[in-house]
Amino acid sequence: MRQFLGFLVTMVTAALLIYSTPEMPGWGDPNSPASTHVSPRYIEKADEETHTPNIVTAVLADYRGYDTMGETMVVFVAGIGCIMLLRRRQHK
Amino acid sequence: MIRRNDDLIIETLARLLIPFIQAFALYVLFLGHYSPGGGFQGGVLVAASLILLIIAFDLEKTTKRFSEKFNVICNGGGVFIYAGIGLLCILLGGNLLDYSVLSKILPVGPEEARALGILGVEIGVEITVAACLVSIFIDLAANGEN
Amino acid sequence: MDFIIAKYNYWIYIILMMIGLYGMIAKNNLAKKVVGMTLFQTSIILFFISTSVKSGGATVPIVMGDPHLHGHVIPGTVHAIQYLNPLPHVLMLTAIVVMVATFGIAVALLMRIYKRYGTLEGDEIVEIRKQETAS
Repeated sequence: MRQFLGFLVTMVTAALLIYSTPEMPGWGDPNSPASTHVSPRYIEKADEETHTPNIVTAVLADYRGYDTMGETMVVFVAGIGCIMLLRRRQHK
Repeated sequence: MIRRNDDLIIETLARLLIPFIQAFALYVLFLGHYSPGGGFQGGVLVAASLILLIIAFDLEKTTKRFSEKFNVICNGGGVFIYAGIGLLCILLGGNLLDYSVLSKILPVGPEEARALGILGVEIGVEITVAACLVSIFIDLAANGEN
Repeated sequence: MDFIIAKYNYWIYIILMMIGLYGMIAKNNLAKKVVGMTLFQTSIILFFISTSVKSGGATVPIVMGDPHLHGHVIPGTVHAIQYLNPLPHVLMLTAIVVMVATFGIAVALLMRIYKRYGTLEGDEIVEIRKQETAS
């Protein structure tokens, strides 16, 4: 029963997602919404403004540095969480 | 718990490979401005070299050299470097993480100051990611016995 | 035919994502649920990376510099059509590391659960908890 219900939910979700694919931009479309809003600004100005030819690094640490600081804190909290869950020290 | 099993080939290979993996990690970090790379990738490489040390030798030998206390200090120190650079930018009169004001204390122009700020931030990310992955692996491998 | 060539990548990600979703919903073992979650995240990462592709000779988002200018370029000569969209790469670079961190936390939780209850099957854990509260 559980397997059947899970299969049903999965199939309905898959049908909805496949039904929506004609609205998505095609493979390699240079005018897709993801490539037209803010990324041309990054590509054209990154090397001029930050002297970093790798645009990914420039966007990661400079334009979106606040975002990356949050991600670093997530990694830090994950490490601390693992220590709290598993590390048991024997008292001597 | 990972115990040492005295395999000559594996130990010699690990001894030989680990310095090269760490040098390559530093290469990936510092060439992140000009080629694919950066803090996250370099940090994962450092963590891979230390995990190779753990599985080729054993846990106690590794934690003698890279103790858990130092590991936790590195884990927080990377975040501290990142946030400290951001705070330094505020203290110099800019916004948070606006590296161009670093040119007031560095002998370079605003654009190069931004590149150097990116480098400092990536070093912080590298330290945090490496220490975090190694500590997760140590905790999972020790199974709560250390 | 053009429609299939333009859209089939989405169908691949949907199939992968549905395998992960089915694993998360229908499997009883907690470790299998974690594997399903990882598959789900992987499909999302592949989907984001595929949105950055531009056909027509675009290359990786690293500006090819002039050797006479120490690897930099003359301002104004870089055009968006020459390079892939860097934004999905940035987001997924951080997402991969966060995925590893969440996977580590999940495995640590699984180890604690196994030590406490001696099993990873969801309904068996529920049974043990019921007996504990009754007694």
